[in-house]
Amino acid sequence: MNKRWIVPTLYIIFLMLPIYWLLNMSFKTTNEILGGFSLFPAEFTVESYVKIFTDPTWYSGYINSIIYVMINMVISVAVALPAAYAFSRYRFLGDKHLFFWLLTNRMAPPAVFALPFLQLYSTMGLLDTTLAVALAHCLFNIPLAVWILEGFMSGVPKEIDETAYIDGYSFPKFFVKIFMPLIASGIGVTAFFCFMFSWVEMLLAKTLTTVSAKPIAAVMTKTASTSGYELGLLAAAGVLTIIPGAIVIYFVRNYIAKGFAMGRV
Amino acid sequence: MNKTLNHRAWWMVLPVLILVAMNAVIPLMTVVNFSVQEEFYGEFSFIGMQWFADTLTNERFQNALIRQLAFTFTILLIEIPLGVFIALKMPRSGRWASVCLVLMALPLLIPWNVVGAMWNIYALPDIGFMGYMINAGAGFFGHDPANGPWFDYTQEPVAAWFTVILMDVWHWTSLVVLLAYAGLQSIDNAYYQAARIDGASRWSVFRYIQLPKMKHTLTIAVLLRFMDSFMIYTEPSVLTGGGPGNSTTFLSIDLVKIALGQQDLGNAAAMSIIYFLMILLVSWLFYTLTMQGEKK
Repeated sequence: MNKRWIVPTLYIIFLMLPIYWLLNMSFKTTNEILGGFSLFPAEFTVESYVKIFTDPTWYSGYINSIIYVMINMVISVAVALPAAYAFSRYRFLGDKHLFFWLLTNRMAPPAVFALPFLQLYSTMGLLDTTLAVALAHCLFNIPLAVWILEGFMSGVPKEIDETAYIDGYSFPKFFVKIFMPLIASGIGVTAFFCFMFSWVEMLLAKTLTTVSAKPIAAVMTKTASTSGYELGLLAAAGVLTIIPGAIVIYFVRNYIAKGFAMGRV
Repeated sequence: MNKTLNHRAWWMVLPVLILVAMNAVIPLMTVVNFSVQEEFYGEFSFIGMQWFADTLTNERFQNALIRQLAFTFTILLIEIPLGVFIALKMPRSGRWASVCLVLMALPLLIPWNVVGAMWNIYALPDIGFMGYMINAGAGFFGHDPANGPWFDYTQEPVAAWFTVILMDVWHWTSLVVLLAYAGLQSIDNAYYQAARIDGASRWSVFRYIQLPKMKHTLTIAVLLRFMDSFMIYTEPSVLTGGGPGNSTTFLSIDLVKIALGQQDLGNAAAMSIIYFLMILLVSWLFYTLTMQGEKK
């Protein structure tokens, strides 16, 4: 009688088909891929995966991506915490303008910043380091982190702060011991979004790195264009870039929708 | 919440300010600088608004802008209603709800050029699932395969547009679903019970209970989808490279071609500023209009 499930099911099938196709390709040999259309790999092979895990140009791409995403996540959350607290608790000179200005950076097309960033980071001598990418991604992740955290913090009644001060807590002690545990899920959601946007952004990450700090997804397209049409390898690398995201989603699944609603992302 | 006046709060905002300013102000100043100067063998001279006038009257820019607008409006028209529709049909709670959420969020966490590469393979006319199926369908309805594939996004602008739009729908509709779903979750069951007692139709439940509750998160959804689709670069550039011809060259792709490809700094800078201002203006208008509506 109840046919509600049809729509989500169809939608999920629509979402999964391209991913299945990538998975299917990744277990085929190059000859089989170019040989024609088939729904399942006839000769099941993990050769492409073996190649990625043994060739340093491939797996170092992974390590680079994970390093800059982590650095970016830590920096963004660490500096956004006090700022979001200030925005949610105090009025100060120019606070509203500052807040809007921060948000405008979320609206800046990375294509606009690609060239000036290249010049800025080469002047600072940071070109081709993971730190450069981590700092560049702060452009959009810090405003986002402030925005989300401010939403969560405003949900905590101010009386809690005041009671803690009366009880003799100093500000840092109050912030770490009482306030941060209260907004723990907010911090989790923020870290998730910082991870997400830093992990998926490629234009800046690609522009700022050349050899030693190249992200995995850039290694992927580069290899695909230089070494002929190695679709199997390309597909395997693609599958592997999906995995970290899938793991992260699994851990935050109960907070995503809530975080979207509360954090006003 | 009533906030205390405290100017020392500036110290707490300072680290954010320094980091974002370094990333935003310095590059923006560089762009502004380039946009009003002309380079001639390393010597810069002030030329005023010349680049802006050039860019605005340039047919290439105008065409890219038209394509950009067409793309953004098309995907908004598809993704917002579709996302709301799916969110309404989602299970409200329990194990299936979280399975659905995890699976639906998956496309959002795939690096953008992998999304492009994935669709590039998926839509290939001979070995991609989608391309193959469409062509098989066309063959069934009497298309002669000897004339080349009926659906080939590397050759046909219409097929390329179809693929790019379908890719974006695949990639981002889940964001709308998640946001709309979050809005729906905040509705108390008592509303539905009251509606049932009053004998309200399904449409009026949607119009008078669900839609108003979703309004806030939907505003965010429209805003985010507008901004991000207006800035889209990586996915179409990997999928079609802006082609065939220039048929899927959107603003960002054109900008990167001018700036990094041709090193034409003046034009690129002027175009960057015009581009940024457009996004800012539309977002600001939309934001203030909906916020005003909410206050009333």
